[in-house]
Amino acid sequence: MKIKIHVWRQQSPKTKGAMETHELDGVTSDMSFLEMLDTLNEQLNDQGKDPVAFDHDCREGVCGSCSMVIDGQAHGPKGSTTTCQLYMRSFEDGAEIYVEPFRAAAFPILRDLVVDRSAFDRIIEAGGYISNHSGPKPEPNSIPIEPEIQETALDAASCIGCGACVAACPNGSAMLFTSAKVSHLGLLPQGQTERYERVEAMVNQMESEGFGSCRNYAECEAQCPKGISIAFIGRLNSDYLKSQLVEADNPRGKMHAQ
Amino acid sequence: MFTLDSKLPGGPIQEAWTNHKNNLRLVGPNNRPKYKVLVVGTGLAGASAAASMAAMGYQVESFCFQDSARRAHSIAAQGGINASKNYRNDGDSTWRLFTDTQKGGDFRAREQNVYRLAELSTAIIDQCVAQGVPFAREYGGKLANRSFGGVLVERTFYCRGETGQQLLLGAYSALQEQVAQKRIKMHTRTEVMDFIVVDGKVRGLITRNMITGELKRHAADAVVLATGGYGNVFYLSTNAKGSNVNALMRAYKRGAGFANPCFTQIHPTSIPQSGEYQSKLTLMSESLRNDGRIWVPRNKDETRTPADIPEADRYYYLEERYPRFGNLVPRDVAARNAKDVCDQGLGVGPTGYGVYLDFARAIEQKGVSAVKSKYENLFEMYQRITDDDPVKTPMRIYPAVHYTMGGLWVDYNLMTTIPGLYAAGEANFADHGANRLGASSLMQCLADGYFVVPVTIGDYLSRNEPGEITTEHEGFEAAETEVRDNLNRLISINGQRSSQSFHRELGKIMWEHCGIARSKESLEEGLRKIPKLREEFNQNLRVTGETDHLNQSLEHAGRVADFIDFGELMCQDALIRDESCGCHLREEYQTEENEAKRNDDDFSFVSVFEYKGEGVAPELTKEPLEFKAFPLATRNYKS
Repeated sequence: MKIKIHVWRQQSPKTKGAMETHELDGVTSDMSFLEMLDTLNEQLNDQGKDPVAFDHDCREGVCGSCSMVIDGQAHGPKGSTTTCQLYMRSFEDGAEIYVEPFRAAAFPILRDLVVDRSAFDRIIEAGGYISNHSGPKPEPNSIPIEPEIQETALDAASCIGCGACVAACPNGSAMLFTSAKVSHLGLLPQGQTERYERVEAMVNQMESEGFGSCRNYAECEAQCPKGISIAFIGRLNSDYLKSQLVEADNPRGKMHAQ
Repeated sequence: MFTLDSKLPGGPIQEAWTNHKNNLRLVGPNNRPKYKVLVVGTGLAGASAAASMAAMGYQVESFCFQDSARRAHSIAAQGGINASKNYRNDGDSTWRLFTDTQKGGDFRAREQNVYRLAELSTAIIDQCVAQGVPFAREYGGKLANRSFGGVLVERTFYCRGETGQQLLLGAYSALQEQVAQKRIKMHTRTEVMDFIVVDGKVRGLITRNMITGELKRHAADAVVLATGGYGNVFYLSTNAKGSNVNALMRAYKRGAGFANPCFTQIHPTSIPQSGEYQSKLTLMSESLRNDGRIWVPRNKDETRTPADIPEADRYYYLEERYPRFGNLVPRDVAARNAKDVCDQGLGVGPTGYGVYLDFARAIEQKGVSAVKSKYENLFEMYQRITDDDPVKTPMRIYPAVHYTMGGLWVDYNLMTTIPGLYAAGEANFADHGANRLGASSLMQCLADGYFVVPVTIGDYLSRNEPGEITTEHEGFEAAETEVRDNLNRLISINGQRSSQSFHRELGKIMWEHCGIARSKESLEEGLRKIPKLREEFNQNLRVTGETDHLNQSLEHAGRVADFIDFGELMCQDALIRDESCGCHLREEYQTEENEAKRNDDDFSFVSVFEYKGEGVAPELTKEPLEFKAFPLATRNYKS
């Protein structure tokens, strides 16, 4: 296969970027999209030019590193897949392919296709955990969990934190990501103690990071490589509402270790 | 020559860990914040160690090269995690998990370490459930188990096919909790470049910020390495692209002993390479061999599609060569035979390195839907990657490097030969001997991180004053200069070949000469080729760009340089070990039935290598292994 690839090039967060066009020969249908980019980079290296920077790691669809918009869609045209699991057989010989970084106000571009998604870490930091120290814990079977609840929690927990939901959303909202973690922990008995405090803290952090609001476009679900359901957004909204009604704002002051 | 003190506890093995803990020195809660511990890597071992130590009150700083702590390659583990809970009432116990692990490792691990691992297994499950890890449940809401990896009990806990992901997200959330409490300072997109050793003790690190290229000094009282395995020395493996051996090699060159580098686990069933451009391999579960028949065409120049090849022209080589076990021969035997038929030119697929795994007979006997439902995810994954439907045409499979048992030598406290430097998880050599039992890697990472290092590190710290050395120390200046010079050197070579092409070539050398089966001849040949490759690398490498910005070619070139040095060490170790054991098969040492022939009299030891300078052969020290609690036995998959 021979393809023409238009790829976003940007030196650094502060410089202006632009699309750059390259022709690439010898592409085969069994190549993954990232292997095609590897091949392009080899070609650039041979020409003494800087290779295209992009994030990637596991290359089996689970680490959530790869992050590009291909022909206008996060992770490309094939549904329920990450870029690393997208194969060139999804494209025609002679295709013109447009590759851009995830674009969102809260994901600044670092170089070429590499963006800064540390806002996601800060949302988790705000409350995406069940407080714990390491050490002896209760026997797990002393707290039975209905398999349906556990399965739904696992559906939510399957989120790989890639950020496609944000890139796909016309508003750049992080509601699908945040709601997946809120639902995972909020569904389980272990997560009840901090349930309402958690949702409030995570939503506040999400908003302060500059993510947009959810307007129910549902593009996030459509482009999510793990098929995370927008039903979890409903669950987040419900929990968030309760957190505002049930608990007075910081009634006794949150306890912190000194 | 190292003087190795393993600090193994005496007395009955069942009480060894408890007694050992009772004799360790502690650091009091009010003193812990005065000590700084650096943790390199945020996989299961690193994240769990960092979170646990921070919760105890130590000042922790954590480092990873990925953009987030959640992305480490532990996330890709599918199968599950062992724990001897004995929920199924099928006779499981700490003792059985211990003996299964020892047998699986072919008696090349320390029994006290292995017993401790088995002992801690149940606490790991409790810890993870308390964090909200959604393990599979039965209808009554109790935890479910499945059997895994050829053992006779059901002790594996799992979350669908994403157990590693869920365990890692649990450890990551514990880590983020401590980041929120300001007890952990997290450094993402940061690569560790070197260690500072002063008066024999580790005192800090030099890191490179991968976005700005800035080199930074970090002084500390102790350092924990949890940087994973070195499978990518083969270029193609099931590891993540970023997995590398840099930190281990830096530590080795600063005085840490490297143990058993030649022990590499090779899985017989991965999807074969489809071309030169291939960047990694994807594992298919071995369970497929239960229903699939393995074959290649009898004729070298076969051009027909598999369906058109009549029975008479098919070579079911495992069934013919091993009539008693057929397609279910042990992993290493299956892997070796696949390579053998492909080397003879009988292999299939575009590269000629693949064999068919055919479900036609199983489908004929059991029906399409029965076979499909049993292997649904695997068939889907295979089809997504190859575009072939295994129901209609045979799968193509080939062996792939998956896990590395060797690593930095550590004592019972998980401290390396450099005082203050610890190694946890796949980065150390301690628990899996010459081969790893299925569903045991996650267990070991979490045992090390949640329960061992946080306790044992206090013993070392309590003997040292906190903050004795600052970044003003001359050792930092010297190391930083060395790192900077080395980066500049890589860019200034300005030759013709990319680091990728060198990595690929190294991978071929390793696979050919130190792969599935090794021989004295092949290893010696490998040891002749590697120095030549290094020489060409140093003269003909091309890295574009500069050191002061995000430069992935520069990062990769640095990794390849260390892989080249490490590959040489691996061949040297394989050459010394004149026996076959676990995953290490030396062609000269096998039984008539092609089983590995162990030599317990001469090789019941851990080989520990000491760096002696560039171009100088490393020095070998042997740590003898004793088997008192569970005596040596020969492996036997046949009865």
